[in-house]
Amino acid sequence: MIQCEHVKKEYGRKTALADFSAEFETGKIIGLLGPNGSGKTTLIKILAGLLTTEEGVVRIDKKPIGVDTKRIVSYLPERPYLSSAFRVKDIIRTFEEFYEDFDKSVAEQMLQSLHIDTKSRIASLSKGNREKVQLVMVMSRRAKVYLLDEPMGGVDPAARDFILKTILNNYNEEACVLISTHLISDVEKILDEVIFIKDGELVLHESVDRIREEEKKSVDALFREVFAC
Amino acid sequence: MDWKFTDDAPIYQQIMNIMKRQIASGELKAGQKLSSVRELALEAGVNPNTMQKALAELEREGLVYSQRTAGRFVAEQGDIREGLQEELMMEYVDEFLEKMMKLGFSVDEVIDLLQKKAEKRQRRQMRMTENERSE
Repeated sequence: MIQCEHVKKEYGRKTALADFSAEFETGKIIGLLGPNGSGKTTLIKILAGLLTTEEGVVRIDKKPIGVDTKRIVSYLPERPYLSSAFRVKDIIRTFEEFYEDFDKSVAEQMLQSLHIDTKSRIASLSKGNREKVQLVMVMSRRAKVYLLDEPMGGVDPAARDFILKTILNNYNEEACVLISTHLISDVEKILDEVIFIKDGELVLHESVDRIREEEKKSVDALFREVFAC
Repeated sequence: MDWKFTDDAPIYQQIMNIMKRQIASGELKAGQKLSSVRELALEAGVNPNTMQKALAELEREGLVYSQRTAGRFVAEQGDIREGLQEELMMEYVDEFLEKMMKLGFSVDEVIDLLQKKAEKRQRRQMRMTENERSE
């Protein structure tokens, strides 16, 4: 579903991605793991079509990044993007207008189960609820690719469970889900595969089962070893 | 169901063990219909592919079976349940022995200790029955 071949991205003199190649299949949930500044967000932004690359080829569903891929990619940015003056229902309307694959009833149902009133303004919501609303919007699209950049960034452990369940409950089985996170132990059990990325380079791309089988340790433990300071 | 996972083994294997334990204890009964893969995955908080793998392996071992349209069921047990109980017993014994070794006991010491403990238990039981009789 996603192909990256020799992708290179630089910010001025700093290299964010150096010769990065990887392939991600449909029907898989993949964890994108690496320390701060390793290139996770850069990779996600390239796939979301927000950044261009200096070198290399990136394709989603066999198409180059552009209007065609944006239509099938649902992206959750790392930082909050919902305008605080808006009400929840305005955001639902915007998503409906922008994305053909947005399922309003799914979004409303999830919000109801969270006891979030669609009439409330974003500004009046707690930080945790704001993050949940964003995730609900992103997961209510019947997309082929979900790019989730730190979906549990600033929420408490109870809300993390909700977020994981929301992802599991709503992702399309024919979709590919890419989750960047540093909360590995929380996310590990919902992942098929993990990618370790360090200084813009791929260090490891392996199935979670195989890591546990062969290393006899969790992904979290392996990560701490690989990235020990 | 109690879905807790440790760090040292693949999650699908841990799911298999949890379900085997439930079959051995009778918590999951022969012929009982299992929830769908998606529902079970959600309940356990794991990836649906992981749950699918666990169930497929259990099916391969003959502990569950699927009917094309109706879903997945717990197999008729018979010897299977006894086999599982034995498997579980061996697992507990291995675990116990390993812990004792780590504490620095030899196998002979452990056997000796178990014998003494068993005798003590028996004596206590006998005393209790005698007391009941004399009352």
